[in-house]
Amino acid sequence: MEWDWDFVWQIMPTLIQGVKITILATLLGSVLAAIVGLGIALARRSPNKALSRTVGWAAEFIRGTPLLVQLYFIFYVLPDIGILLPPLVAGVIGLGLHYGTYTAEVYRAGIDNVPRGQWEAAKACNLSARQTWTHIIIPQAIPPMIPALANYFIAMFKETPLLSAITVLELMNQAKSVANTYYRYIEPITLVGAFFLAISLCSVVLLRWLERRYGKIER
Amino acid sequence: MTQWSGYLGLILQGALVTIELTLMGSVLALIMAFLAGMGRLSRFFALRALATAYIEFFRGTSIFVQLFFAYFVLPLIGLELTPLQAGVLALGLNVGAYAAEVVRGAVQSIGREQHEACIALNLGRWQGLRHVILPQAFLVMLPTFGNNAIELLKATSVVSLISLADLTFQAQVVRAQTGNTMVPFATILVIYFVLALLISWGVRSLERRMARGLDGVRV
Repeated sequence: MEWDWDFVWQIMPTLIQGVKITILATLLGSVLAAIVGLGIALARRSPNKALSRTVGWAAEFIRGTPLLVQLYFIFYVLPDIGILLPPLVAGVIGLGLHYGTYTAEVYRAGIDNVPRGQWEAAKACNLSARQTWTHIIIPQAIPPMIPALANYFIAMFKETPLLSAITVLELMNQAKSVANTYYRYIEPITLVGAFFLAISLCSVVLLRWLERRYGKIER
Repeated sequence: MTQWSGYLGLILQGALVTIELTLMGSVLALIMAFLAGMGRLSRFFALRALATAYIEFFRGTSIFVQLFFAYFVLPLIGLELTPLQAGVLALGLNVGAYAAEVVRGAVQSIGREQHEACIALNLGRWQGLRHVILPQAFLVMLPTFGNNAIELLKATSVVSLISLADLTFQAQVVRAQTGNTMVPFATILVIYFVLALLISWGVRSLERRMARGLDGVRV
């Protein structure tokens, strides 16, 4: 089997279509994961023991089970109880939930890193719980955790091929359909690998920059 | 009423395949982790470059793409692999790359004075590594290795897509035969979670065992 450049150019437009969906899914998934993670982190700190325990266990469960099975669950089981989701939406929800449980730990560490004195100062200034969070704690907690969050978003990006299993037409699925049409696997699969490698290497550079920019605020 | 006992047997068979994959993948990952991790700390530029290339490549491309590459592309260049072999190869090499960074970090975290003590006692490079550095470093690696093993367990679900009859695959079979989606997927989610709990429990007890006699050496 020889590498065929003509074939590469022929399939490129189809793969680019897939790249767009891959990137879209990653971006939407990241936003959702950032929000879900914050929600989980806050719920686990809640004084309401029932809430914090339940959320803690649910997060532990989601983190301990494979994303692929969760995607199947969202895509195939939820319609049974009347929730019919388009593949991309189901995929984004799966990615967001799964990585939300990881980002929750990042938030937790970030919030724990805010010195006690800040909490006490907020209390001394007579700020309400809500004001303390929005004006004192979160603005200080977020910048140091940006590199760690970005790390998980890159990890999520590398999991997006799983969405092909629930029929999202992202890069991997486009490559597979091209491969099945022309019976050539080398070029499509290698191109997918090359694409992921290229984006990952770029994101490493971005991550280093983020670490320099935000990571050292406290030290 | 469907014959749940028969289907449960099917799912348990899948669980065996998943466990088998996890164990064999972990062994390969452990070997690769030490080879590449020590390679990155080598005196020789060539070894360092080789290890870095391996780590960056396998961390940079998605496990999914690597699996498809191993299963669909390697046969075209004359390397025929069964689904199980392809699965173990891709999982082991992928997780090994992540674990290699753990090995490197742990070895580097051992204080200078330990290295100096090795020189003072006239231990060779290998002796120092074997008797002084690695026993301490291994304890640092263990918790993260546990997390890596759970990641590997979760990644095994992807092999169902190259027609290996693991838990996820069997759940799909049961789903196709019974038309019930909720029960099989909920069952395998629980099984995955229990397996993940077993791994984290096993690693924690191993950690306690290994830490014996090291009191006071580590902070």
